[in-house]
Amino acid sequence: MMEVSLLEIIGRIIGAIIIAFIGIVVGLFYKGLDRKLAAKMQARLGPPLRQPFLDFFKLMIKENIVPENAVPWIFNGVPVLTLVSALTILFYLPVGSIPPLLSGYGDVILIIYLLTLPAIGMVIGGFASGSPYANVGAQREMVMMMSYELPLVTTVISIGWKLSQVYPQINVFSLEVINNHPIWGLVGPLGFVGAIFLLLTLAVVTPGELSKIPFDVPEAETELAGGLLVEYSGRNLALFSLADATKTIVMASLTIVLFFPYNISPLFHLSGFLAIALDTLFFLVKLFLVIFIEVTFIRVAVARFKIDQVSFAYWVPISLMGLLGLVLIFLDHII
Amino acid sequence: MKLNKYFERSLWVFHLNTGSCNGCDIEIVAGLTPRYDLERFGIKLVGSPKHADVLLVTGPVTSKMADRVKRVYAQTPDPKAVIVVGTCGISGGVFYNSYNLSGSIDKVIPVDVYVPGCPPRPEAIINGVLQAWIKLEKLRKTLKDNSPAK
Ligand code: SF4
Repeated sequence: MMEVSLLEIIGRIIGAIIIAFIGIVVGLFYKGLDRKLAAKMQARLGPPLRQPFLDFFKLMIKENIVPENAVPWIFNGVPVLTLVSALTILFYLPVGSIPPLLSGYGDVILIIYLLTLPAIGMVIGGFASGSPYANVGAQREMVMMMSYELPLVTTVISIGWKLSQVYPQINVFSLEVINNHPIWGLVGPLGFVGAIFLLLTLAVVTPGELSKIPFDVPEAETELAGGLLVEYSGRNLALFSLADATKTIVMASLTIVLFFPYNISPLFHLSGFLAIALDTLFFLVKLFLVIFIEVTFIRVAVARFKIDQVSFAYWVPISLMGLLGLVLIFLDHII
Repeated sequence: MKLNKYFERSLWVFHLNTGSCNGCDIEIVAGLTPRYDLERFGIKLVGSPKHADVLLVTGPVTSKMADRVKRVYAQTPDPKAVIVVGTCGISGGVFYNSYNLSGSIDKVIPVDVYVPGCPPRPEAIINGVLQAWIKLEKLRKTLKDNSPAK
């Protein structure tokens, strides 16, 4: 057991509040950027960058309607659960050269579990709202969850396995370890190709995890009228939008930690505060690039899949791609 | 009812068809296309009245729809605005005095802005949303002046 003093606990709590606040603000800002860029790609002007903030403040003053046949405590509790579980993941993610707030307390396996919590929360909320649309949406979300979990886990396990072979002594699933040992430097040519496959797998899983087009079947606005969220209004909807924004940066950060953990400060031989500031800035740039490619670009470029297509895509081609990556990395190690 | 200055900058619109010929509906969709781009004003089309701030109602109210219109209006959370698009919803238009109509939209639910035309141009619809802004701004001012805190 680690010794934890009272001061440290208070420090962690304050840190958690600050990180949650920064995470939400950055998430909403990137959401605005996403909408602006999507509009630019469609030759439109698009909403101002602060639009997600305006939407949030507007939703906060709206009336909160609880449907007659909903279960109120679940219906109102789920948005909070969703936001909190999304924010909790932030505390485990390293940002640039800053170690995570709760380093040593959880690893990437915990993050995979925490990532399913918002989805499960939304499923429960959908069922609890007692609307047929939300019901269908919740069922679809469950099917999606079962589909994308295997490729996601394959990616993480492959990297963990490779690390465990190279450094048998350390805890390979700790995010700090993964962050300090980029996969690209550990593998040969075959493994390099395998890692590219894994990266592609994760890039396809990300929009599914975030329920973005082309995998937004649970929230399909045109067929399901908003799906899972159909009965939510006012404050609850605002909390969901915050959770969505937070989850976006969480998933993008996961990609960065697993595949692009490089820092820029060693290049300039910087140290101390300047290095941290520069690395954080660089991290934000990486975050922007990842979100742009994995979310915005895919969202604008393609149309929505049907639910059976989504589940086929994840179970067959994407899972195979992930397993191929795993096999290549394995072959690379034993040859 | 509460209002703040963010409200007008982020109007989410639910489009309700009460029996229109689909002419007005196409013009509304035209307003969302890159040429007119309503999203630059923060206007977004949503799929559920629970998410909406503005009801865009098109068409004369057929007697079957009258009850549904009332229910959709009741499902929209406060504060909300109603914009009627098209002559049909204002007076019945080409369907005036038809046997199966229950009359114009303002006989069924309170209306804030009327956009006449058969169908109105997208510019006119955008102007209608602007009128709703102005109306909401005035309302906010009166609410603020009459608030007991002052
Ligand atoms: S106003 Fe004209 S275009 Fe619009 S619904 Fe009526 S008949 Fe159709």
